[in-house]
Amino acid sequence: MKKKTIISSLLALGALMTIATGCSNSNASKSSSSEVSGKITAVGSTALQPLVEKAAGDFQKDNSKINITVQGGGSGTGLSQVQDGSVKIGNSDIFAEQKDGIDAKKLVDHKVAVVGMAPVVNKDAGVKNVTMDQLKQIFTGKITNWKDLGGKDEKITVVNRAEGSGTRATFESAVLNGEKAVKSQEQDSNGTVQKIVSTTPGAISYLAFSYINDKVEALSIDDVKPTDDNVSDNKWKIWSYEHMYTKGNPKDATEKFIKYMKSDDVQKKLVKDMGYISTNDMKVQKDAKGTVTDK
Amino acid sequence: MDDIQTRLQKSSRATRQDYFGKAICYSCIGLIILLVACILYFIASKGLATFTQNGVKFWNFLTQSDWKPGDVDKYGNPQVGALPMIVTSFSVTILAALLATPFAIGAAVFMTEIANKKGAKFLQPVIELLVGIPSVVYGFIGLSLIVPFIRGIFGGTGFGILSGTLVLFVMVLPTITSLSVDSLKSVPMHYCQASLALGATRWQTIYKVILKAAAPGLLTAVIFGMARAFGEALAVQMVIGNAVLMPKNLISPASTLTSKLTTEIGNTVMGTLPNNALWSLALVLLFMSLLFNLVVRFIGRRGNIKNER
Repeated sequence: MKKKTIISSLLALGALMTIATGCSNSNASKSSSSEVSGKITAVGSTALQPLVEKAAGDFQKDNSKINITVQGGGSGTGLSQVQDGSVKIGNSDIFAEQKDGIDAKKLVDHKVAVVGMAPVVNKDAGVKNVTMDQLKQIFTGKITNWKDLGGKDEKITVVNRAEGSGTRATFESAVLNGEKAVKSQEQDSNGTVQKIVSTTPGAISYLAFSYINDKVEALSIDDVKPTDDNVSDNKWKIWSYEHMYTKGNPKDATEKFIKYMKSDDVQKKLVKDMGYISTNDMKVQKDAKGTVTDK
Repeated sequence: MDDIQTRLQKSSRATRQDYFGKAICYSCIGLIILLVACILYFIASKGLATFTQNGVKFWNFLTQSDWKPGDVDKYGNPQVGALPMIVTSFSVTILAALLATPFAIGAAVFMTEIANKKGAKFLQPVIELLVGIPSVVYGFIGLSLIVPFIRGIFGGTGFGILSGTLVLFVMVLPTITSLSVDSLKSVPMHYCQASLALGATRWQTIYKVILKAAAPGLLTAVIFGMARAFGEALAVQMVIGNAVLMPKNLISPASTLTSKLTTEIGNTVMGTLPNNALWSLALVLLFMSLLFNLVVRFIGRRGNIKNER
């Protein structure tokens, strides 16, 4: 009886080993064939993840030999893993230059989309428009009641994003002007923020355009509405690029995939369908320091 | 003759099987020990780097309450104060254990002493089902039901230690209950029989004999529950609000060690201070679970001595 179990476990182990070695063998043979093939791993920003996942799915229909894995993990993870060479593509909401510990010179930036972000408040607050200065004062903790902005007599609950997250970095560089945000709640995903703002009276936070729905009130700033058109000529100031970073210039399969991401197929259709803004539609450009120039 | 000699000198089939089995066992154990050692080394080296490489003072890490590892204060020192997280972690753990223990022991006593076989058979899978529910589901239930409920009753945002405690209460309840059941079952039958023979009522027997005899086991159960509560990340993160503030009351947003780890680790870069500081938090968690284990062993040893007497 015992012998049998030992033998069977050994067999199972053996089978596992063959599977493992078999896998690595097939990978090796794949990359050496003449047609473009290979394995791409893209890791990082959760804001960009849905777009890359969808695009990767469409891409693989035509390129069955290329295998693409898309993972989240955050912009920091994406940048540090692509710098280490452990993944082919690092997805990020922010410029590599903005992140400590990343050597931006080693990385090549591919901007695949633009994301606009807007402050959102609970519908109860009764405020629809604020000035940039008021917004800054809310997030630095100087204005603490909605009645100071013409709304209801209700305490303002600031919901921030996790320290170091790409969305927060974008929002703070556009709104806070170097001042520090008030200590407050922090959440780590767009979905949770949306849920909390829609259910907590007096709550304010910020969301990417694609997460804004009719359960929350998106604020206008200085009477500019948060729309794609206003982002494209920088009337709406809170936006950022979605980057795909590679270490050095991309080769083979990675090059083909990034070309596909920038092609009209993706930019004209998929990008818009999923709530992002195409880089082709932008009339201005922004550099790593946040300076905006005409394109 | 030669045949017999060689047969006698060669190790038998059974002996060889024995060696073979031993080799498998030892190599498995060796692998596990190596794994544990690697994990310990990795967390320790990363966690201590905050103090050795980045020059954060260990005392400041434990006693200050400003957590902004990416920023420096006006004197140029990095702001790595973990006190609010440590305090919050302990508060939710202790409160959840205090709340869950009476319920858990009550359920355990019911299952072992009071209920008939059918009742116990029904309750057992119910408790075990609670263990099997993934923590993200608990967190989601907490976010959708408990947080609005707390907000409705106490005001504020509903996020905070109280919500965290209530979610953890449900999560540690099955752990404490099933371990309590084991320890109550291990009380020798003759204790109970002797007590009843002396004329004690069932309540007196349960209260004065069975619970007393099982006390070390029950304590172990509670501490295992606390260890689970202390290490729980996702469910707590969803309901506690994640604000690195010293908790002023039970309904203001706070942040535990684990919730800070899960929200921030993806946004930091390996080898930088913000990343190392998070590893330091992980090191604190590791030490705490070591401490919980030591306490359990200590109680277990004392319990054994008592029983032998």
